[in-house]
Amino acid sequence: MARTESPVDVVLVGFGWTSAIMGMELTDAGLNVLALERGEDRDTVPDFAYPKMADELTYGVRYKLMQRPAKSTLTVRHNVGDMAVPYRHLGSFLPGDGVGGAGTHWNGHTWRPQPQELRLKSYVEENFGADIIPDEMTIQDFGVSYDELEPFFDYFEKVAGISGKAGNLNGEIQEGGNPFEGWRSDEYPMPPLARTYNDTLFADVARSEGYHPFPLPAANASVAYTNPYGMQLGPCNFCGFCERYGCLNYSKSSPQTCILGALKRRENFSYRTQSEVLRVELDSDGERAIGVTYIDPEGNEVFQPADLVILGAYSLHNVHLMLVSGIGTPYNPETGDGVVGKNYAYQMNGGSSLYFRDKEFNPFIGAGGNGEVINDFGVEQIDFAQEGFIGGSYINAAMTNGQPIRNMPLRAGAPSWGEGWKQAVQETYGHVMSIGSHGSNMSYRDCYLDLDPNYTDDHGRPLMRMTFDWKANDVRMTQFMKQKIDTLSKALGPDDYRLSFKDFDTRYDVRPYQTTHNVGGAIMGTDPSSSALNRYLQSWDVHNVFVMGASAFPQNLQYNPTGLVGALAYWSAKAIREQYLPNPGPLVQA
Amino acid sequence: MKHTVKWRQGLVGVGLLSVTTASLAFDDEVISRGEYLARAGDCVACHTAPDGEPFAGGLAVESPFGAIYSTNITPDSETGIGDYSRDEFAAALREGERADGKHLYPAMPYPSYSLITDEDIDALYAYFMEGVAPVENTPERTDLSFPFNQRWGIGLWDWLFTNDETFSPDPERSDEENRGAYLVQGLGHCGSCHTERGLFFQEKALDDSDDAFLSGEVLEGWYAPSLRGSGDGGRAIERWDDQAIVDYLATGRNDESAVAGEMTSVVAHSTSHLNESDLQAIAAYLNSLGSQGDRPLITDAQVDETDAMLTRADVENDLGARLYLDNCNACHFSNGRGAAQVFPSLSGSSMVNADDPTGMIRVILAGARLPSTEQRPEALAMPDFAWRLSDEEVAKLATFVRGAWGNDAGEVSASAVADVRDELPDDRVTSAPVIDD
Repeated sequence: MARTESPVDVVLVGFGWTSAIMGMELTDAGLNVLALERGEDRDTVPDFAYPKMADELTYGVRYKLMQRPAKSTLTVRHNVGDMAVPYRHLGSFLPGDGVGGAGTHWNGHTWRPQPQELRLKSYVEENFGADIIPDEMTIQDFGVSYDELEPFFDYFEKVAGISGKAGNLNGEIQEGGNPFEGWRSDEYPMPPLARTYNDTLFADVARSEGYHPFPLPAANASVAYTNPYGMQLGPCNFCGFCERYGCLNYSKSSPQTCILGALKRRENFSYRTQSEVLRVELDSDGERAIGVTYIDPEGNEVFQPADLVILGAYSLHNVHLMLVSGIGTPYNPETGDGVVGKNYAYQMNGGSSLYFRDKEFNPFIGAGGNGEVINDFGVEQIDFAQEGFIGGSYINAAMTNGQPIRNMPLRAGAPSWGEGWKQAVQETYGHVMSIGSHGSNMSYRDCYLDLDPNYTDDHGRPLMRMTFDWKANDVRMTQFMKQKIDTLSKALGPDDYRLSFKDFDTRYDVRPYQTTHNVGGAIMGTDPSSSALNRYLQSWDVHNVFVMGASAFPQNLQYNPTGLVGALAYWSAKAIREQYLPNPGPLVQA
Repeated sequence: MKHTVKWRQGLVGVGLLSVTTASLAFDDEVISRGEYLARAGDCVACHTAPDGEPFAGGLAVESPFGAIYSTNITPDSETGIGDYSRDEFAAALREGERADGKHLYPAMPYPSYSLITDEDIDALYAYFMEGVAPVENTPERTDLSFPFNQRWGIGLWDWLFTNDETFSPDPERSDEENRGAYLVQGLGHCGSCHTERGLFFQEKALDDSDDAFLSGEVLEGWYAPSLRGSGDGGRAIERWDDQAIVDYLATGRNDESAVAGEMTSVVAHSTSHLNESDLQAIAAYLNSLGSQGDRPLITDAQVDETDAMLTRADVENDLGARLYLDNCNACHFSNGRGAAQVFPSLSGSSMVNADDPTGMIRVILAGARLPSTEQRPEALAMPDFAWRLSDEEVAKLATFVRGAWGNDAGEVSASAVADVRDELPDDRVTSAPVIDD
C-alpha cells in the first residue's frame, strides 16, 4: 500500500532546466510547488569542485553524472519489423541524472530556431509545394510562432546568461552577428567569448569564401554576470571541462548557477531527490491527473497528490511516463493514428578533422561554447526543391577541450595502437582543428517511440522502445554540407584532413557518441489528431498535465535544442499563470 | 533561517490568529519595526543554538574567560522573557541588568545597545513579546571560574566602561550620517568585533570621539578589519566607496571582496535584511571616520609584475606560485583580482594582508561559502583544500599570496597551518573526491 504525502498544488517531475523555470514561475504565482528528482542532489561545491571535476576517466569516460543504463534505459531497433534490444552501454546519447539534469553537463550551445523552422511544413508547402515532401516524412508546424516566442527567448537568454553577438536587432542586420537569425529584441546579455586560434582561422577563410562568420552563442560566461534572479556567473577560464562535466568555476549556465539558489529560498518550494516517478495517476475517467506515484529513497512507493503535474524529465522519459500512465493515445505507425511516441527525431551531424604540422592550437584551452559559425546553409537559406532535401545545418569550427583520453585525433592511416600510435599522437596532438556540421533531422512515419513488448525495468514497467534509422532526405542534406566543408577545409590549407559524414548506407549506430538531442514523441501542434500537446505544451487529453522539453519538437531543428526548450517553458508558464490558473481546463478547444 | 513572521502566518493558516489577536496589545506596524530592529541588532545570531529554535538561546559565546551561554529571549514565561516588563526589557538591553537585578556578562553588547532610543526599545519589546513564538527551553547555565563568576564585579566594569546615555545626534553631521552612527554604534554593535579591546576586555572606544573606534581587531584568529573609511586612501574597506560598502552588507560581496568567517552570519542574518537607506547611512558614516591606514596603496605596476610572472608560468623556483597556478588561478586569475561580485580579489585584501594569517589559512583549508541573500541568492563557494595540500604546501601558497600583487604581509609557517588544521570541525563539507570503483 503506497504511502500518501500531503497534497501540493504542483508537482514537477525531474529537476533540470524546465522544472527550475517552472518552479520560479509557479511559486511566483503563489502556488505550493514540489520537484521530484530521481537522482542525487548536486551543487557546484562540493559536487563539481575543482580539481575533482577535471577527471576525464570518471566523468568523461565512465559517465558519473549520467543515468545508469542498469537503472534506466530503453530498447532500440532500426525498423518496425525488428526485435529491439536494450541500450545497455551509454554511447550515442547521454541523458543526465540528478539535480540540474543534462543542464549541468552540456556544452552550452544556446540557439534560437530560425522563424520558419517553427512552421516548417507550412513553409515548405508555401515555397516549394507539398509534393516535395516525401511520403513517409511527417513534419509538422509547432503551432507557436517565432514572434510569439521572441520575448521568451530573450528572457531565457538573460536568465541563462548567454555570450554572443546579435545579427538581427529588431530587423536591423548587425555586423559580426548571424545575419540569418530571426529578429531579436535585445543584444545577448554578454559579449562573445574570447576568440581562440581555430576561431580566427575559420572566420578568415569563411569570410574570404563570401560567408558570414559569427561567434557561437555560448552559455559560458565571457565576463562576470548577474541574471534577473540575482544569480551569478564568473568568467569562463577555458579549462576545457564542459560537456560531460559540471562546471567547476560557476561559468557555465545551468539550473544550479542560474536558478536554483533563488528557487531554494522560496518557502513555497521544496524538492526531494532519489525520488523516481513511476507514473502519473489519473482520475477514474482518465481526464484529470490526481498526482504521481514515486519511489522514495528507501524504496517505498509513495503517492503524491497534486493539482497540476508538469513533466520536466528528459525528453525520452517524458514520453515514457505518458505511455505508462495512459496519457493520450499511443502512436501506431501502421495506421498513423495516435500521437504519443510519434515523430521521434535526432540530429544529423558530420565533420572534418584538419591536421596542420606547423600550427599549434593548444586545444586544452577550450570552452563548451567556443566556436565560430556560419549559417549560410541554414534551413531558410536552402532551396529545398533545387537541392532535393528538406533541412539545413550550421557549420562551425569549435574547440571545446584537449582532454587526453578521448581527444587524441590521428592522421589518416596512423596506427591505432602500439609504438606507432604513440608517435602519431605526439605528432598530432595540438595540431588539429575541426569543422562540424550540425544539422536538422526530419520526422518520419516509422521513426517513433512506444512500449517494448519484451523488456521491463526494475519496477516492472515496460521499457520504452525507439525505432529509428537515417533517411535519404537527411543523408542528402549532410552530403550537401560535406561538399561545403570540403571546400572550406581545403581553403584552410591543412597538411591533410579527414571528412566524416553519414552516407546512404549508414545505419543508426548507438555506440559512438553523436549528440544528446533526442526530440519528439510528445509533440506540440494545432490539432489533437496529430499532436500530443497543444501550443502551450498542455496535454490535449489530460488538461492538468503539461509536458516540457524537446519531446515537444515535431522534428528536429538544425540547432541545439536548449534555447527553444527554455523559451517554451517560459511560454507555457505564462499560459498556465494567466489562462490556466484562473480557469483550469483545456487552453485550446479542439 | 526560520523567521517569526512565518510563525504568525502559520497561525493564520491554522486558524489560531483570532485567539492570538485577542491578546495583542501592539500594532502590527510596531511589531514589524521591532522585527527590523532585531535584525539590525542581530539578536538571533547569539540567541539561537545550532539547530535550535530562533531566539531560544543556548549558543556558547566563547570568551577569554570561558563559554558564556546565551539566554532564551522568546516570550516564554518560565524559561524566556515573557514576564519582563517594558522597563525590565530596556534595562537588560541598555544596562545589562536582568529582571532579577543580576548583571549580564558583557558578551551581551549592552555597552552599544545603551544608545537605543526609547521608541526603538518600545518596538523591540513589542516584537519580542508578540512577534516571536514562545519556546520552552532552558539553555545551559553560564558557569565561569572565579573571579569571573562574581557577577557583582561586572557592576564595577560597567561603571568604568559604559555610559547610560541614549543616542544623541551630532549636529555637525548630516541626518544620514547620524542615522548611520546610530546603527553602527548602537544596534549594529560593530565595535564588538572591529574595535580594539583594552586590558579589561573593554572596547577602547564606543564612538567616534576616539580614533581607536572601529580601527580593527583580531578575534579568534579572524582579523576584523578597520572600518574607518575615507573613500580613498588606505586599503580594502578603508578605500571602498559607499556603494561597495552597501553591496557588501546587502549581499556579502562587492566588486573586490567577499565575506568569510564570522561576518558571514552577520550578513546572512542582519545586514542583508536592512533597507537601502539604512545601508547607505551606514556607508556614509563609515566613510566619514577617516582612515589611519598606514599601509601603502597598491599600484598597478605591483599587480602587473605578479600577473606577468604567473602568465609566463615562471614558477619553477617558487612552490607557492606554482601551487597558486594549480589551485587558485582558475577563479582568482593571474592578476589576483578575481571577478567583480563573484570571485574576490586577493590583492590588497584585508584578510590576506592581516598580520595573523589564521583566517586566510582557514579559508584555504576549509573553503568558504557566501550567504544566500535576497538580492544575491547564490551561495557562491570556494572548495576546501585541506584534503589536497599539506601544511608545508599551504604555508608556501599563503606566503606567496601574501607577497603577490603588492600584498605585503609576512610569511606563513607550516606549524601555523598545522594549528589551524587541528581546529577544523570534523563534520565540515568537503570536495575531496570519492573513488568508488
